[in-house]
Amino acid sequence: MNAPANLAPSRRTLLFAGLSAAGGLTIGLPIAAQASARIHLSDGQDVHPELTAWLVIDPDDTITIRIPHQEMGQGTSTALAMLVAEELNCDWSKVRIEYASANRNQREGGKLYRSMMTAGSSGVRTSVQMMQQAGASARERLRLAAAQQWKVDPTQCSVDKGRCLHLISNRSLRFGELAPAAALIKMDVEPDIKTTDQYTLVGKWTPRLDTLPKVDGSAQFGIDTQVPGMVYAAVVSCPEFGGKLKAVDEAPVKGLRGVIAVVKLDDAVAVVADRYWRAKAALDLLQPEWAPGANATVDSARLDKAYRDALDGPMVTAKSQGDAATALAQPGAKVVEALYEVPYLAHAPMEPLNCTVTLAPERVDVWIGTQSPMDVLKLAAKESGVAPENVYVHNQFLGGGFGRRGKHDELVHAIAVAKVVNKPVKLIWHREQDMRRDRFRPQAAIRFKAVLGADGKPTAMDTRVAVGSLLRSLGLNDVPSGIEPMAVEVLATHAYKVPNNQVGVMLKNAHIPVMFWRSVGASQNTFFLESFIDELAHAAGQDPYQFRRSLLLDRPDYLGVLDTIAKHGNWGDPLPPGRGRGIAIVETYGTVTGQVAEVTVGADGKVTVDRVVAAVDCYHAVNPNTIAQQIEGGVVYGLTAALYGEIQIKDGAPVQANFNTYKLLKMSETPKIEVHMSLSGGKKWGGIGEPSVAPIAPAVCNAIFAATGKRVRRLPLKNIDLRKA
Amino acid sequence: MITLLVNGQRHELDVEPEAPLLWVLRDELGLTGTKFGCGIAQCGACTVQVDGVAKRTCMLPVSSVVGQQITTIEGLSPNSRHPVQLAWAVEDVPQCGYCQSGQIMAAAAFLKTHPQPTDQDIDKGMTNLCRCGTYPRIRKAIHRAAALTSQKA
Ligand code: FES
Ligand code: FES
Repeated sequence: MNAPANLAPSRRTLLFAGLSAAGGLTIGLPIAAQASARIHLSDGQDVHPELTAWLVIDPDDTITIRIPHQEMGQGTSTALAMLVAEELNCDWSKVRIEYASANRNQREGGKLYRSMMTAGSSGVRTSVQMMQQAGASARERLRLAAAQQWKVDPTQCSVDKGRCLHLISNRSLRFGELAPAAALIKMDVEPDIKTTDQYTLVGKWTPRLDTLPKVDGSAQFGIDTQVPGMVYAAVVSCPEFGGKLKAVDEAPVKGLRGVIAVVKLDDAVAVVADRYWRAKAALDLLQPEWAPGANATVDSARLDKAYRDALDGPMVTAKSQGDAATALAQPGAKVVEALYEVPYLAHAPMEPLNCTVTLAPERVDVWIGTQSPMDVLKLAAKESGVAPENVYVHNQFLGGGFGRRGKHDELVHAIAVAKVVNKPVKLIWHREQDMRRDRFRPQAAIRFKAVLGADGKPTAMDTRVAVGSLLRSLGLNDVPSGIEPMAVEVLATHAYKVPNNQVGVMLKNAHIPVMFWRSVGASQNTFFLESFIDELAHAAGQDPYQFRRSLLLDRPDYLGVLDTIAKHGNWGDPLPPGRGRGIAIVETYGTVTGQVAEVTVGADGKVTVDRVVAAVDCYHAVNPNTIAQQIEGGVVYGLTAALYGEIQIKDGAPVQANFNTYKLLKMSETPKIEVHMSLSGGKKWGGIGEPSVAPIAPAVCNAIFAATGKRVRRLPLKNIDLRKA
Repeated sequence: MITLLVNGQRHELDVEPEAPLLWVLRDELGLTGTKFGCGIAQCGACTVQVDGVAKRTCMLPVSSVVGQQITTIEGLSPNSRHPVQLAWAVEDVPQCGYCQSGQIMAAAAFLKTHPQPTDQDIDKGMTNLCRCGTYPRIRKAIHRAAALTSQKA
């Protein structure tokens, strides 16, 4: 790597980039007094000294809270800021947010902001204490600083709405006045955090801090990055995973306006130009020759068979309780059996993957939208050869993540291209590249067998699932035990009382890369289990809601959710012919979520989902506003997959590549969605970004059964013939 | 040279006539509020208004809009106070936010032809995609924007 001196990012350059980001976020909307999301990183360029690593309070009382998780739409930045602000007793209208610095975290041994990873609905769930302590700690320092200044006993001082008070003498000081002194306070013991009954902000419907820049176009996403002197790259990879670039004739693009270089990568080719559209248009003129890999003949039919066949092969026991095999072999046992299947799915975040990099001999800067800035930092260090502490990750708003922005194949491309052209590079994966080079939700097949007792309740269940290993595919872990939690989540962790219960798993990877997809294993396993439980209810001649209830009697959180959706979803009320209701419930990411779906199936087989009534028990609600958003959005995300989602494989390559073939749900197809909370409190704080994705497919398919008597055992629904026979 | 009228300003641009308007806005003029989502006129992330009509710009050659008034999210209103933006903020519509410039530009154009839309009108008229599933709130925000506009009038 040898960037000429004049292209190395100078301090001026970086400052310019930072300022343009901040300047772009200026808010003109007078309707809210709130400050806004400042999404750039200060990296030590703060004008005002920080109070703690989590907080900067300016003399005018503006409070900047540093968020260690990443904002991809799930509202985590607002929720985490609320947790800090609650403890701080500050004026919420003065709060703004910025991302915590990955570089600083790296320099401080990764301990300061911890993993900074945003996956597994982890924002509030895993960082609640860290954020609360950060707020409480700052509040206590401010209080002690005030006591010092007034030379009074700290016990006489209190804190309220951004001020420290000494009520006896009727004196008060603003946080902004106290912050410099508070920063110097040392405490031996960290203060206590509030008990839930003391909350004044947490639990209230609160507008998001990032809304305003997202309605005036000023929110900065990775794709919006502007770095002086940058060039643009478009890239296309070999369609078949495992194939290589053999050769490419550059003649068609030689001398085209703006084209700077054709860069050959191991399994891809990139065109670099002075504008993105020129790079992309030139790329489309190339006809790369690909050397086929080992899987050039693999197609979906073969994969379907392979996963189905695996169900009859060896399994690793993930759960074994009682003796299911004996119960199943009992002569005269009433056995219910079913096989379910799901295809690969793409994440398809609305912002396709992209990143911008500048390489200097001693420093790398990356502008990107990532769920894991620490992984970006490490990957950029590895690919560039620069020490990790000299990598600066400028995380931006993510235009959707859904799991995909946890692994950055586009960054590898960008650094390879930047090395060749010696200029800052913005590399954008066009939609087809983004979709074909996704790391997909894995294909899976499963077989259930269950025995029903005389009372209709299951006495035994045997589950065998064949699915890809995410960890193996990502190269994170060989999973020597053969059991991956994601593969059997829900299947091995559900709360239904079944005395004899056996769960076997075969981790089976094809050459198609797979990874975490919003709600992960729960996304397919909830479809499987909750459809099968419905089958059992019908086989037992029982009402699906009451049947579930009877198997969950020792779980008040599940019962609360079930009763809520049954009540608000008008469970049991008659519906006209062709319409039906279905119910499903799941516990995942520390949260119980249930849904009742109401569908209409036309004589032509067309499915319309009319209404979804959802309830959630995440034990505590930080921001009911963003919880409602996540339920609404999760239902749409999961319904899209249920109705349309499939990535088929042909000649070793994904077939669907854009929204014309990989359809997303539209406004006109979106049901009425009602959200209810059924919070049971206690010690746990549940996740909210993913759980609502899981129950919608089974709720809809169970409703289709209620409407038509047809059981859907394979998604997506668009391939299922539901016409009246 | 191509002359474009964008947000009330005139620009003389040395670009190929076939250059898509989306990329000219983003990369020549630095107006990055308009987004790239699919490149095949399927998603609407790239929606702007051309003479007041919503247009997807990822496949629209600049030469086809010469002399027409182009409005992007940055120019929809001074101070971001367009009723649609106000309604969007009150309903807290955006999640990731990436599709929202396009949604807002489409909604603002739609309300001109449907000042008091029914839900069916919205279903027909609002075809932009949102991967985050903000549709229920978009619907509410459109009704609210319609109410705000009629109050003003
Ligand atoms: S980017 Fe133009 S419609 Fe999708
Ligand atoms: S808000 Fe994320 S795509 Fe619409």
